[in-house]
Amino acid sequence: MADTMSSWSDGPRGPKPRPSISRRNIILYGTLIVVALYYLLPLYVMVVTSLKGMPEIRLGNIFSPPVEITFQPWVKAWAEACTGLNCDGLSRGFWNSVRITVPSVILSIIIASVNGYALANWRFKGAQTFFTILIFGAFIPYQVMLYPIVILLREMGIYGTLWGLIIVHTIFGMPILTLLFRNYFTSIPEELFKAARVDGAGFWGIYFKIMMPMSLPIFVVAIILQVTGIWNDFLFGVVYTKPDLYPMTVQLNNIVNSVQGVKEYNVNMAATILTGLVPLVVYFVSGKLFVRGIAAGAVKG
Amino acid sequence: MASQQRPGRLFRNMSAKVASIPMILTALVVFIGGTAWTVLYSFTDSKLLPRLRFVGFDQYERLWSANRWLVSIENLAIYGVLSLIFQLVIGFMLAVLLDQKIRFENTFRTIFLYPFALSFIVTGLVWQWILNPDFGIQSVVRGLGFESFTFDPLYNADIVIYGILIAGLWQGTGLVMCLMLAGLRGIDEDIWKAARVDGIPAWKTYIQIIIPMMRPVFITTLVIITSGIVKLYDLVVAQTGGGPGLASEVPAKYVYDFMFQAQNLGQGFAASTMMLLTVAIIVVPWAYLEFGGKKRG
Repeated sequence: MADTMSSWSDGPRGPKPRPSISRRNIILYGTLIVVALYYLLPLYVMVVTSLKGMPEIRLGNIFSPPVEITFQPWVKAWAEACTGLNCDGLSRGFWNSVRITVPSVILSIIIASVNGYALANWRFKGAQTFFTILIFGAFIPYQVMLYPIVILLREMGIYGTLWGLIIVHTIFGMPILTLLFRNYFTSIPEELFKAARVDGAGFWGIYFKIMMPMSLPIFVVAIILQVTGIWNDFLFGVVYTKPDLYPMTVQLNNIVNSVQGVKEYNVNMAATILTGLVPLVVYFVSGKLFVRGIAAGAVKG
Repeated sequence: MASQQRPGRLFRNMSAKVASIPMILTALVVFIGGTAWTVLYSFTDSKLLPRLRFVGFDQYERLWSANRWLVSIENLAIYGVLSLIFQLVIGFMLAVLLDQKIRFENTFRTIFLYPFALSFIVTGLVWQWILNPDFGIQSVVRGLGFESFTFDPLYNADIVIYGILIAGLWQGTGLVMCLMLAGLRGIDEDIWKAARVDGIPAWKTYIQIIIPMMRPVFITTLVIITSGIVKLYDLVVAQTGGGPGLASEVPAKYVYDFMFQAQNLGQGFAASTMMLLTVAIIVVPWAYLEFGGKKRG
């Protein structure tokens, strides 16, 4: 049987054979393609705008590809764009975001994974109550807790510093991450845990030797979740840091929405892409895991 | 390894308790303590600094007579209801389309979900640019010859919230689609076979069998979307800054502005307490229905 034919003209094997061009397929793929184009449109507009010069933007329309490609807006967005306070571009915000995101991700995942592990395998009296409070806490609007945390951080002497913000990210990442880890650890067969207990392994021994190695996918999911979440944060950045420590999102908003000067749309769009680049790269590189993680967390929760 | 005799009650399972200290502190100090603190101080006349001079419901009376607050509430209600409906409907339909054993499923899924990886600031700024009346969609359509075409949601106080809704939907629907797709994939293939044998058309199977079976997924999604809606803040700040005038103000922005810019803490506390109350009205009955029997957390 010819291989090329078998894919669609085979007999009983495989999914129900259908002619590849049917009315159903045209409607199906047509709809999907139109929707996909709609979803891609903003990304396209961002890229195209950022590669045009200002005169071209004023004359042409935003959907047309650039006649003359220029990378000047990117350079300017990175190194020279003004926020009203200073004019050293987004680079400062980028490095601030790096210095915020890396420790926050590590700290929040360590704490949440150990928490989830304790909740899944080492229940103590009252643990469930605290966990319930934690989960309900996730629904409390951040605005309610903004000011009390300002006071707490001020008492600890870290209000306005990067460490203050890192602790805030750890706190607010805790409910979802703990839930994620708890659910995952609960799904690991109990016999494994019991066998390790019989062999004399303790709390930390089981965590490091059994749970952690078995849970690498969920750790990756947690990292993806936290990197994108913390990188994209705006509210905490603006509340808990000072202007010279503002994360990239805050700085981006200050650049684009600053009222002074002539609006340079190409620089604005270049800055916007630059800010979105880190989560986008994380997303495209980890694509399938990102999806699997969302699905696993949601269906079991 | 060493001692196998039973330790005292408090010290039994000690490592787990130590490991849970951050969780316990967060739950008690930040979530309960912080919330109680804010509610308490919402009854004071705190201005620049919090102080305990109680004025009863003064702040709330002022809040509910403030035009800006009423606009904020109305905006959030419109945005909330519409984005809930559209995200669920569009998200579910996209998931159904992707579940038809199609080719390039991964490509489509990647495209529908990528906006979710972007921040609200980025989302807001892109859509601000696309909806810009001088350069964006309006000018392009006018350039095609429709001279009187008007589409400037961000500059029209009556429809500005819909401009924000467009951006919000673009950002969030992919997530809903993903959750729904996972739900659809979790449904036993035999159910489809049974429905086909009985000659039930596909759309009817979805409505009468699949959707009821996906109740947990819908509830999870609903809760995720709702808690996201109340937080609506960055998107507005980036896209419109609350303008034109006060037309696109939202409660979260009201709170921030009064706490950190107008230095009127009492108002901020009262407004945030109202936000809390709104969430409680939605979450408490849901939690009661879901976990009423105290089956699990």
